[in-house]
Amino acid sequence: MALQPHDQTRTPEHPSTGVAARRWRGGWRPSYQPEAYVFLLPSLIGFLLFTVLPVLGALVLSFVNWNLLSPPKFVGVANYVELLTRDAIFRTVFGNTLFFTITVVPLQLALGLLLAVALNRPMRGLTIYRTIYFMPVVTTIVAAALVFQWMFNRDFGIISAAIWKLGEWTGVPLTPPDWLNSTTWARWAVVILTLWKNIGFTIVIYLAALQAVPQDLYDAADVDGATAWQRFRNVTVPMVSPTTFFLLVIQMIGAFQLFSEAFVMTNGGPAQATMTIVYYIYQNAFQFGRMGKAAAIAWILFAFIFACTFVQTRLQRRWVHYEAGEG
Amino acid sequence: MTAGAAPTSSRYARRTSRLGNLLVHGLLSLGSIVMLLPFIWMLSTSLKLPADIFTFPPVWIPSEIAWSNYAKTVSAMPFGRFYFNSFVVATSVTVLQLLVSSLAAFAFARLRFPGRNGLFLLYLATLMIPFQVTMIPNFILMRFLGWYDTYQALILPPAFSAFSTFLLRQYFLGIPLDLDEAARIDGGTSFRIWWQVILPLSGPVIAALAIFTFLNSWNDFLWPLVITNSLEMRTLPVGLSGFQSEYGVRWNLLMAGSVIAMLPVLIVYLVGQKWFVRGITLTGMGGR
Repeated sequence: MALQPHDQTRTPEHPSTGVAARRWRGGWRPSYQPEAYVFLLPSLIGFLLFTVLPVLGALVLSFVNWNLLSPPKFVGVANYVELLTRDAIFRTVFGNTLFFTITVVPLQLALGLLLAVALNRPMRGLTIYRTIYFMPVVTTIVAAALVFQWMFNRDFGIISAAIWKLGEWTGVPLTPPDWLNSTTWARWAVVILTLWKNIGFTIVIYLAALQAVPQDLYDAADVDGATAWQRFRNVTVPMVSPTTFFLLVIQMIGAFQLFSEAFVMTNGGPAQATMTIVYYIYQNAFQFGRMGKAAAIAWILFAFIFACTFVQTRLQRRWVHYEAGEG
Repeated sequence: MTAGAAPTSSRYARRTSRLGNLLVHGLLSLGSIVMLLPFIWMLSTSLKLPADIFTFPPVWIPSEIAWSNYAKTVSAMPFGRFYFNSFVVATSVTVLQLLVSSLAAFAFARLRFPGRNGLFLLYLATLMIPFQVTMIPNFILMRFLGWYDTYQALILPPAFSAFSTFLLRQYFLGIPLDLDEAARIDGGTSFRIWWQVILPLSGPVIAALAIFTFLNSWNDFLWPLVITNSLEMRTLPVGLSGFQSEYGVRWNLLMAGSVIAMLPVLIVYLVGQKWFVRGITLTGMGGR
C-alpha cells in the first residue's frame, strides 16, 4: 500500500526518432539483458546465505536435539510433539501472546483512529500534537521499558502516586496494584507500554488515510443531515477500512513477536505471566541450549502468523471497502 | 436548500465547530501529557540524588540537580563505545542495504532475464517468515564462520532485506520506461541508467527507506543481544539492558542511561520530523 509513484504515462512516439514506440522499444530493449545477474548478485548472495539457507536450516534443526556442544541427534517430530502435547510452559506463553494480541491490537486501532480523527481538523497547533504522539515511536524500546518499569514501581513510581492522588480527590478509597509483581497487572503494564510506544505509528498512518477521503462525501452526508457520529460511522470508517486492514495485519504480526517489552520490564514474570513465545524461543536457544526445540517453536509461531494473516485476508472481503478500480 | 437556511446552518456549524475544537484541544492536550509524562519522569529521576528518589509522594523537581549522575553513568558503563558501535552498525547496515537492494530492485523492475519472475516470487515468499525462524540458524552460521561477537555479524545478516528490494522495485516500476530507452539510445549502460536516471528520480523513497533502516538498526535489540558477548561489541540497547541487570535499583543512574540512549534519536527526530512522517506513510515502516 501507500506507494503511489508518478503516473506511467507513455508518449506514443519517441521525440528524437519519431519511430512508433513499440517497434522502437523492441529494438532498444533486448529480451535478454545478461548484466541483470551482476545487478542481482550481491543481493542474491546475501539472500541465499542469510535467508534461504537459514530457513532450510531451521527446518532441519527443528527435527534434532542440539546444544552446540555435543553432536546433534535426530529426534524426528519429538520437539513438536513435546511442545504441542506436554509442554505446559509453551501453553502458558502461547496464551500470554494471545492475550497481548487481543488486547493491544484493538485498543491500538480504536485509540489510533480516534486520535487521528481529532488531529484531522483545520485547527492550529496540530503539528505539535502529532510531534508529541510520534515521539515514542523513534525511541529505543529498551530505554522505554526501563522508564516504565520505574513508573510502575509500587512504592515510589509515578503511576501509583497518581492513583493515590486520584483516590484523595474523589474520596474513593483507591489502592494502586503492585503492578509488576502481580500476575494480572504485570500483563496490563506490558499492554500500556506497548500502546504508548506504538500509538504514534497508527495515528500517522490513519492520518494519511483520512486526508485522502474526498470532502464531497462529507458534504453529501451533511446535506442528508447526518450527525457527527453518522458521518464517522458511515463515511470515515468504511473509507479508511483498507488502512485498518493493513494496520490490523502488521500489528497482529508485531504483537505475536513481542519480546523486548517483556524481557526488559518484567523479565517474563512474575511466574511467567508476561512470558511470550519469542521470549521462550530466546530462552530455549540461548539459556537452555535447546536449539532444535527453539527452532520448532519458531516454526509453530510462523504457522500461526501465517494462518491468522490468511484468515484476515479472507475475512477482509466482508468489511474492507475498496474504491472501484483499486481492488 | 433554501437561500434563507444556508447562513443559519453555516453559522450553527461554525459555533459547534468552535466548541468542537475546544473539546478536541482538551482531548489532545490530555493525551499529550500522558505521552510526555514518561520522558519528563525519566529526565527528572536522572537528575535526582538517591534521597529524592525514594520519597512519597514523588517530587518532580529534585531538591538538588545532580548532574553528577551522568558522569557516574558514563564511567560505570562504556556508553561512548556503545554509541560508536550503534553508529557504525546502523550506518553500515543502511548504506549496504540501500546499495544492494536498489541494484537488485533495478534488475527486477527494469531488466529482462530468464528466471526473473520466479526469483522475485521467492523473495516475496520470504517476506512473511518472521525473523525468529532465521535467527537461530544465523546465530549458528555466525559461530561457524567465526564471526560471533564481531561487527560482521552485527552488520551483514541485517544488511540484506527482501522487503527493501520489494519496496524499491515497486517504486522503480512507476518511473517511465522512456527514460531508460532514451538513455540507451545515447549509449548509456544499465549501470549508468541505475545511477543517473533511476536513483535520482527515487529520492523520496530512498530517503524514507534510509531513515527507517537506520532507525530500526539503531533500536534493534534481539539480534545484537544474541550475537554479541563482550562489553566492547554491545550496541546501545544491549548495553543499556546490561546496565540494568548490574545496577538493579539505582534508578537515577538507569534513567540517566535511558536519557543517553534516547537523546540523539529524539533530537534528530525533532529537527527532521517532517521526513519521518513522510517516510512512514511512504513505506509503512517504523515502530518495531
